[in-house]
Amino acid sequence: VKPVRFDYERPSDLATALTLGTRDDVVVKFLAGGQSLGPMLNLRLVQPDLLVDITAIAELKQVEESADGITIGSCITHADIEDGRVPDVTRGALRTVAAGIAYRAVRNRGTIGGSIVHADPSADWLSALAALGASAIARSGQVDRKIPIEIFMLGVFESSLKPGEVVTAIHVPRLSHAARWGYYKACRKTGEFAHAIGAFVRDPARSVCRAVIGATGAGPIVLTDAEGLFTHTNGTAAVINVDLLRATMSARGLTDPIDQQVHLAVLRRAIAQADGS
Amino acid sequence: MATGQGVGARLIRKEDDRLMRGRGQFVADLRFAGMQDVAFVRSPLAHARIRGIAAPQSPSDAVFTGPDLLGVKPIRAVSGLRGFKVSEQPALATDKVRFVGELVAMCVAPTRAQAEDIAGSVTLDLEELPAVHDMLAARNPGSELVHDHWADNVFLETFVDVDIGKALDAPIKVTREIRTARQCMAPIEGRGVVALWDTRLEQLTLYSACQMPHIVRTGLAGCLGLEEAQVRIIAPDVGGGFGYKGILLAEEVCLGWLAMHRGHPVRWIEDRREHLTAGANCREHYYRITGYADRDGRLIGIDCEATVDSGAYSSYPFSACLEAAQVASILPGPYDFPAFRCRTYSVATNKCPILPYRGVARTGVCFALELLLDAIAREAGVEPHEVRAKILVRPEQMPFDNITNKHFDSGDYPQSLRRALASIDIDAVRTRQRRGEPDGRLIGVGLSIYCEQAAHGTSVYYGWGIPMVPGYEQATARVTPDGGLELRVGVHSHGQGLETTLAQVAHEILGIDVARIRVVHGDTAMTPYSTGTWGSRCMVMAGGAVSTACKEIAKRAIKVGAQLLQTDADSVTVRAGEVVGPQGSISLGEIARTWYLKPQNLPNDVDPGGLEATIGYKPVRDSGTFSYATHAALVAVDPEIGDVEILDYVIVEDGGKLVNPMIVDGQIYGGFAQGIGTALYEEMPFDQSGQPLASTFADYLLPGPTEVPAPRLDHMETLAPYTEFGVKGIGEGGAIAPPAAIVNAVNDALQRLGVELLHSPVTPRRILTAIAQAGRSTT
Repeated sequence: VKPVRFDYERPSDLATALTLGTRDDVVVKFLAGGQSLGPMLNLRLVQPDLLVDITAIAELKQVEESADGITIGSCITHADIEDGRVPDVTRGALRTVAAGIAYRAVRNRGTIGGSIVHADPSADWLSALAALGASAIARSGQVDRKIPIEIFMLGVFESSLKPGEVVTAIHVPRLSHAARWGYYKACRKTGEFAHAIGAFVRDPARSVCRAVIGATGAGPIVLTDAEGLFTHTNGTAAVINVDLLRATMSARGLTDPIDQQVHLAVLRRAIAQADGS
Repeated sequence: MATGQGVGARLIRKEDDRLMRGRGQFVADLRFAGMQDVAFVRSPLAHARIRGIAAPQSPSDAVFTGPDLLGVKPIRAVSGLRGFKVSEQPALATDKVRFVGELVAMCVAPTRAQAEDIAGSVTLDLEELPAVHDMLAARNPGSELVHDHWADNVFLETFVDVDIGKALDAPIKVTREIRTARQCMAPIEGRGVVALWDTRLEQLTLYSACQMPHIVRTGLAGCLGLEEAQVRIIAPDVGGGFGYKGILLAEEVCLGWLAMHRGHPVRWIEDRREHLTAGANCREHYYRITGYADRDGRLIGIDCEATVDSGAYSSYPFSACLEAAQVASILPGPYDFPAFRCRTYSVATNKCPILPYRGVARTGVCFALELLLDAIAREAGVEPHEVRAKILVRPEQMPFDNITNKHFDSGDYPQSLRRALASIDIDAVRTRQRRGEPDGRLIGVGLSIYCEQAAHGTSVYYGWGIPMVPGYEQATARVTPDGGLELRVGVHSHGQGLETTLAQVAHEILGIDVARIRVVHGDTAMTPYSTGTWGSRCMVMAGGAVSTACKEIAKRAIKVGAQLLQTDADSVTVRAGEVVGPQGSISLGEIARTWYLKPQNLPNDVDPGGLEATIGYKPVRDSGTFSYATHAALVAVDPEIGDVEILDYVIVEDGGKLVNPMIVDGQIYGGFAQGIGTALYEEMPFDQSGQPLASTFADYLLPGPTEVPAPRLDHMETLAPYTEFGVKGIGEGGAIAPPAAIVNAVNDALQRLGVELLHSPVTPRRILTAIAQAGRSTT
């Protein structure tokens, strides 16, 4: 398993990368860490003519914190977040999710932007960021556009980016002080791709309650108003509307009853975590 | 000799100094001027007729197909057992392809990437045939045939019946269908070959990541039509074998031919996709097994039909029938009962060949038998350990010949069970089970007991009639002029620590510091012939040979030493690297200097063989040593998502005299990890067209550090009566018992839900499906 011959560029400014990305005489792929693209190159599943490595572009490694949240450069690594080099606006959610991605060796090089653009259904960031209400910021030429994460992934390995467009950053809104979250994934061993992901964020001060069923084999199922899921029994223990969730999963193609059971279980555990956090 | 370096010492491994510092030298590390890389075109189909192969015109002389390999003979591994059908595996497929990944064409280029480019431009014209993918259906009349000239797909059928009639009226009769998944062995290093033709010596030197270099030489010389002296096999550092590196590869034959044809060095390094999809598989067994027992659970008889999916070809030298035929002889395990019947089938399918993996058939046999015993215990309403205690071979029966004439050499099996039960604290587990877990998980305890016949020799193997029958194991001991010691052995060390343990054996005899003892192995030009490293045989056989050769050296040194000390030979001994007389002593170094450099001082009747001896060794009986262990697992099962966590794991093991107990612990840890893989993770699935469905480690799951808890080890030490120092082979045991212990524990946990799992690995999907089915059948 050796890749086909390709050219390699590692520009230090975004404009050059964007220009290279619009070349239509060759097949161009962007490399933002290579933890998925690397193996795909070796297996010859991807056979580009030109690989544009964007990890030397300073602009993509910036982090800006503001009152309403944080904007994380797309080439920030999972380890940067895990180790706390990125300020926390999510009451520890980003850091916890980052620390559970694959293995440390992958986290050292893998990037948040690379992960979402790769659009693997089992990836942690797509589900976690969708629960947090994050958005991707994509640039084409001089123009930025903001894409909510829940509509960013179109299908397996297919994002909503247009040709030549590059994700420059991820914007994550700040959770308020009383917000609660939970994240639980089913995988058989450390570092394995998840078989099911449950993510849940409840932030009453911002009128946010979002639930995500991830690792569905396609894009995550995002319930942007998840309050409707619960039948409250006397204000304490919340009971999930299982029938509604099963119907939702079936409608999205996740029909196997055992798959549904596991996805329900991990969501329930994510909610329980949030209740206990 | 209590020097802290001999037999029994927990010595740090000598080889780790280079291996842990990255100074090892593996096949892929080798560089030769002009060396080119090979990539293979492999069959994309499991079963097809080859209508044509179209290779690009340029570069020329870069693509080779079957007809190019003029005079190269196919690989044949024939068994002498009656009825065995012979398969011929061509180095490159000619008329038919019989498994996905079979070699079709060989492409050579300056780099592997370029060779893969060429391979990608070769087009195959294949006429697809129905794939024989299910070993049970393959036995049916009218099944598609893997080998057209056979009457059916069965390599070999065997049958044994010892008084099964005695059991048939038993009050308890339990029948189960038990399966173990097809697996890959996944050593850290895959296979790899570098081949060079030496025009001066007219000799092919083939570096190969293999564990049986002399056997590879014999097989390769046969296929290439060379004299054996024209072939030199070098196995440098090798990153794990487990049986995967115990065969002659079609790739080795191809590379050998190519080096001769092109005249420059060529290499092929197996990549992980090749390993997973095309290399070789193991472990796929199916048992239909019935246990007959008294009302109290005492086993009376076992009646079994076992089928093994042997894949498309018989591998050299172990053959396609070793695994299944072995089932019939070892199924009774460590137990004594009066009635036994077993029929086995080795079935050819359109999958890559099966090889003996660590434990060989024992892991499957142990799985089937131990699950059956738990089913009998449930039927009888007694604890699983009670069923076992009734029938374990007892110490006062030793030596004991069991129902299939296996000769148990020594041991106290019931004691290992008692110690394991006490250690896992079975009573506390039962109390905890009744109390329930706060997190809703269900816990269970499982047992598994096995015996491991190791280092079995001529008397066992000649009966199989396979290309390789082990005889006397030879070792060369050679004192160097400066008083160091070289040991040359034909076995190979690829993780076993033999560079340390064989030095410890030599130290035990001669007292030379182990730092001054070098173990030379892995080169047919430098070592005496040996069948190599397999069957947990090295410490018994090569250890015995080293001990014997060193005793011979001692005898010769005594004669010279006594002369130099001016005393007679009867009054001196060898101790701590010296010949010690009543008045004074002389070092082996000084004796060596005399032999090599000052021969005028030698006695007249000195042994002209000098300070170098090659001696063959066999144990007093070569029917094998029997090490054994009881494994006890405590697991928690998550009934919602199907996860299994190992909470506690106890191993009470008896390997006879342990030459280096630390290395034995390491062997057990490693085997245990592989056993967990078999129990919970590893599976190579195939679809109906014979396509292997796991082509990367994202699909083929191996347990990692966080999935392998530290087992608690407890050693017993019953000496083997027939071997040097009383050692027994222990290399495989760690991998034999865990699947049965863990799955029995899972079944114990899920018993209240009416669930019984009978198929390894017990994945979340299998667990949840079984729970769902049990739920449906009870409501």
